[in-house]
Amino acid sequence: MNTTAWKTMYWLVKREFWEHRGGFFWAPIVTGGVFLLLNIMGIITAEVVGARHGINFGASGGLQRVIADMDAGDLSKVGFALDVAMYSAMGLLIVVLGFVVFFYCLGALYDDRRDRSILFWKSLPISDASTVLSKVVSATVLAPIVAVFTGIVVGMLQLLILAVTLSFHGVNVWQLLLLAHPFRVMFNLVGYIPLYLLWALPSVGWLLLCSAWARNKPFLWAVALPVATGLLVSWFGIMGLFDLPTIWFWKNIVQRGLFSVFPGTGSVFGHQGDFAVSGTPGMDFMDLGNTYQLLASPNLWIGAVIGLGLLAGAVWFRRWRDDS
Amino acid sequence: MSAVITASGLSKRYKSALALDNVSFQIEPGRIVGLIGPNGAGKTTALKAILGLTDFDGSLNVLGYDPRKQRDKLMGEVCFIADVAVLPRWIKVRQAVDFVANVHPRFNRAKCEAFLARTKLQPEQRVRQMSKGMIVQLHLALVMAIDARLLILDEPTLGLDILYRKQFYQNLLEDYFDENKTIIVTTHQVEEVEHILTDLMFIRDGRIVLDADMDTVGDRFIEVMVGADKAEATRALKPLDERQVFGKSIFLFDGADRATLEQLGEIRRPSVSDLFVATMKGTYA
Repeated sequence: MNTTAWKTMYWLVKREFWEHRGGFFWAPIVTGGVFLLLNIMGIITAEVVGARHGINFGASGGLQRVIADMDAGDLSKVGFALDVAMYSAMGLLIVVLGFVVFFYCLGALYDDRRDRSILFWKSLPISDASTVLSKVVSATVLAPIVAVFTGIVVGMLQLLILAVTLSFHGVNVWQLLLLAHPFRVMFNLVGYIPLYLLWALPSVGWLLLCSAWARNKPFLWAVALPVATGLLVSWFGIMGLFDLPTIWFWKNIVQRGLFSVFPGTGSVFGHQGDFAVSGTPGMDFMDLGNTYQLLASPNLWIGAVIGLGLLAGAVWFRRWRDDS
Repeated sequence: MSAVITASGLSKRYKSALALDNVSFQIEPGRIVGLIGPNGAGKTTALKAILGLTDFDGSLNVLGYDPRKQRDKLMGEVCFIADVAVLPRWIKVRQAVDFVANVHPRFNRAKCEAFLARTKLQPEQRVRQMSKGMIVQLHLALVMAIDARLLILDEPTLGLDILYRKQFYQNLLEDYFDENKTIIVTTHQVEEVEHILTDLMFIRDGRIVLDADMDTVGDRFIEVMVGADKAEATRALKPLDERQVFGKSIFLFDGADRATLEQLGEIRRPSVSDLFVATMKGTYA
């Protein structure tokens, strides 16, 4: 792409951000804020209840001594627990991100046909392929980046809150924080985004296709079509013709097509059988060396190719759908 | 100079109806063409074909491009205002200007800002907070700042009050139109555009029933007002239309001899709306 094309793409994505500021920006921020608030409330409740019952956890410096007595293995477990605390913030954000991306894709090529503003966008010298591409980029790159960075900030704040709480109980804050691996957590989260893009392609493609094609109710079409097909397949036992169990269809077509926009589903559903987790147990399965084993799975690549095909369909419908 | 639009054998069939029926026409640069027809006559379909928004049969050349295959290039030199309500409701004035400035190579930002300065629009104002008239002001400011060769207006002033309507066409004529530009406009408010048009095209049931420049229209069509005593004689000359006003009859003739008519009564140039009504008689019957 030349500079003009890059510039156009930048502004197209910016346009998406303007329109969907609520989903892309405020949803993760508010989720993160609520997550922290709940944690703080939980801690305060625990402190109040503890104080009422005369328990002051670690007041005599006992907790500090416990840590001092820990060997390397125990310390790594503390580090693991802190990493979990950091990832846990991300967990909630990921669910929110999944919903945001799902509904964003369903509306992306439909809403402007419904309110006829497509006639304004189409009066500008922008190709339909660029328009669709900008929606894909917004869904699979922009939205996850915002979510991950929010997750990282929330995770750090979460660590800080834990550390400050513990410091009231005589535990040295900074010593403890050194046991966590915030940079590794960040690296793993940011590094997961390209994998998410590849894995989410068939879902994004399907949802955008429905969005560009449906004359009304794209949600119903996007969900009802695969589910109805699945029911027919189950009813008539069609998968038997291919020597495959019926569940194969549900798992590889319905679930894969609809829910791959939820981050992490690739790591959960993407593998045929077990995959080897290297490193010590704990949160190491989030290490990129482990998550990227998905690249060896044909499921990922077949899905990505099908996703590109669906996107080509979405571009075609965007070009020729004539109903506004 | 070559034609801006050349259409030949243009046809478009929707499921139930023929929207365009083997239409051929040519539009030269530097013209303001009024495409006028009753509801459902095929005006919007014709414009959509020109803009590459719909598929069709036949051949169509717009500024040297085929709108079906070269739409992206074509839109660099064509602007259109579909109707009042198509600007996205969430967008702010500032965002709209920023966006168009950065994706349209022929957009002149200073010009656009000068147009906006003449309105009450504020940079942070969203389209959803504007009245219809203000939305059109914004859209027009964006479009007039684009150095396009062809501007297409489909019912641009629908639902606006008379102040906005007058201002709209005045702005177009004073600040936009020149001999290198071409404007095609469809509207039902014929009286408001008839003084600015250079060409007139009537479309009915997917066919073009009149395609002439305004001078030709003035030569061809004559209205004559006659008293009751000469009404029979006038009727014998086969007028296009007849109506009664204050006990007198007004007859509309197409291509009749001017001298003959002058002897029958007072002659004058018919208004476009009278011509339209006469031509379209029986459309909805």
